[in-house]
Amino acid sequence: MELVCPAGNLPSLKAAVDNGADAVYFGLRNDTNARHFPGLNFNEKRAREGIAYAKSRGKRIFMAINTYPRPEGWERWRQAVDSAASLSVDALICADIGILDYASRQWPDLNLHLSVQASSTNYEALAFYHDAFGIKRAVLPRVLSLNQVQQVVENTPVDIEVFGFGSLCVMVEGRCILSSYVTGESPNTHGACSPAQFVEYRETPNGLESRLGGLLTDRYEPHETAGYPTICKGRFTVGENTFYAIEEPTSLNTLALLPELYRAGVKAIKIEGRQRTPAYVGQVTKVWREAIDSCCKEPEAFVAESAWNDSLDQVSEGTSTTLGPYYRPWQ
Amino acid sequence: MTMNPKLSLGPVLFYWSRDTLFDFYDQAAEMPVDIIYLGETVCSKRRSLGTKEWIELAVRLSRQSDKEIVLSTLALIEAESELKTLRRLCDNGRFMIEANDIGAVQILSKKGIPFTTGPSINIYNSASLDLLASKGLKRWVLPIELSNLTLRQIQMRRPVGIETEVFCYGRMPLTLSARCFTARSHNLPKDDCQYKCIDYPDGRLLSTQEQQPFLALNGIQTVSAKTCNLLPELPLLKELQVDILRISPQSSYTGKIVDAFHTALMNEGVSDLGKYTPLGSCNGYWHGVDGQAELNSSGIR
Repeated sequence: MELVCPAGNLPSLKAAVDNGADAVYFGLRNDTNARHFPGLNFNEKRAREGIAYAKSRGKRIFMAINTYPRPEGWERWRQAVDSAASLSVDALICADIGILDYASRQWPDLNLHLSVQASSTNYEALAFYHDAFGIKRAVLPRVLSLNQVQQVVENTPVDIEVFGFGSLCVMVEGRCILSSYVTGESPNTHGACSPAQFVEYRETPNGLESRLGGLLTDRYEPHETAGYPTICKGRFTVGENTFYAIEEPTSLNTLALLPELYRAGVKAIKIEGRQRTPAYVGQVTKVWREAIDSCCKEPEAFVAESAWNDSLDQVSEGTSTTLGPYYRPWQ
Repeated sequence: MTMNPKLSLGPVLFYWSRDTLFDFYDQAAEMPVDIIYLGETVCSKRRSLGTKEWIELAVRLSRQSDKEIVLSTLALIEAESELKTLRRLCDNGRFMIEANDIGAVQILSKKGIPFTTGPSINIYNSASLDLLASKGLKRWVLPIELSNLTLRQIQMRRPVGIETEVFCYGRMPLTLSARCFTARSHNLPKDDCQYKCIDYPDGRLLSTQEQQPFLALNGIQTVSAKTCNLLPELPLLKELQVDILRISPQSSYTGKIVDAFHTALMNEGVSDLGKYTPLGSCNGYWHGVDGQAELNSSGIR
């Protein structure tokens, strides 16, 4: 089972490699990937440095081009694919059918992975991408239970990668446009959910308020920590109640499920967080390296050590973690 | 001289009772729409009609009228049982299928059966449209968040024989989840949802803490609280050679709304649909801005 870690910059990439990642994924400094945040990601020069660093240490590098180009942006996405090929990345992580088609025709030797943004939740959908573009691996959206993950693995020729740790998207990635409903920009079109330039915090007589594109997403009591105003993690009113109507601001941690994911035949665990610091990447990578090694050695005897979870809790977003969709009652 | 677009009734997104569905489609048979999409697209637990009954309804409607009947698939397919249902739909042998998941595209294209795609299939550019056309696509619905400018460019390179449909009226489907938010709003787990969706025939309203109506919960789907209305955009829709205008059913006044579109297509005037959209209408996506916005036809807020 492979550990795939995020890198939003060169120090993070090095932290991932140094702490035991098998592969590191990154994106370019534009809207061709789903972490298009100011100051983040790689230009070609940095990417070359990072790739050299990883490859000289026997690690693999994946590049994400996992947003959806509209005709006006097509050239930029096409160039990003060409860059990936010239950088000799080990795999390209894509979502858009048009881009997958281009990449598979133009660069037949380039390994293609299906991004979580492609929203493929069943083996027939994976068969489509496998037959049409020869994808080697797919990252599953965070909506499937463990049984469902297993069902997919058993019925597909494609290697399966799942999210193990990080921010928890409760929606089917690639099919959520809540962000653009409020701001005009979505992960699909602009590579960012709830982009920073639309975020606002205001001190008011009702307490601190967070807003996205002017829309009130939450109000905080003095003792509460204000979260990032992603719509799905706000507090809204439904009927008589005002509450986290969609999801509490928790993050995903599936450490406890690792042996089951392993037995299900999952080939890789993905860590979310290209937008996080090198310290986060280093710490999370280290814990998961130990955990995966322990699990692969003796899955029957695997116990998630409390030191691991303590270490992960320190860097989690929000105050708690969840097993998320893998654990059916959460759904 | 451009052809007038056809009108379609999209699949009912909400959980309506069996009787309500039968009544609705009895009325729909008399409405001036050319195409009716039938089937459950949101949640496989909803069983007002089983797969066999949806197909029987399709047969009945195509006997009663000369409308084209299309069967729509679920948008989020996870369980083996859902794949089984999908295969039964795809094997119906008579009616076109609207694929709302790539899994459906795979099953249909492998069998060489032509198909259409709904708004949850991400076709954001010409290369995607071309590839799907080569797999048997006959018609596509523009994804909800795309604008008239994007559509214009895709239309310029549209493969021969492909029809373009635009979601023109209704609460817009914005997202899908593993979680059921209607059940959650009743403090129930998804596995014991008690079919609460049936109490909300247009979704359950979610508002901000400033009482601004924002979204409507529809089980695992979330739709906009505002109603998309592109009726005033008819001249541009025609100029862009959109073939089909989709009206998404709501629990009341769907017939009136269809009539208003039909009247406008007959050049007999554009009526104000405000009285059918109590929480306001929007058209921001069409104009390339935030979806909730309402702009006039000059593009001004």
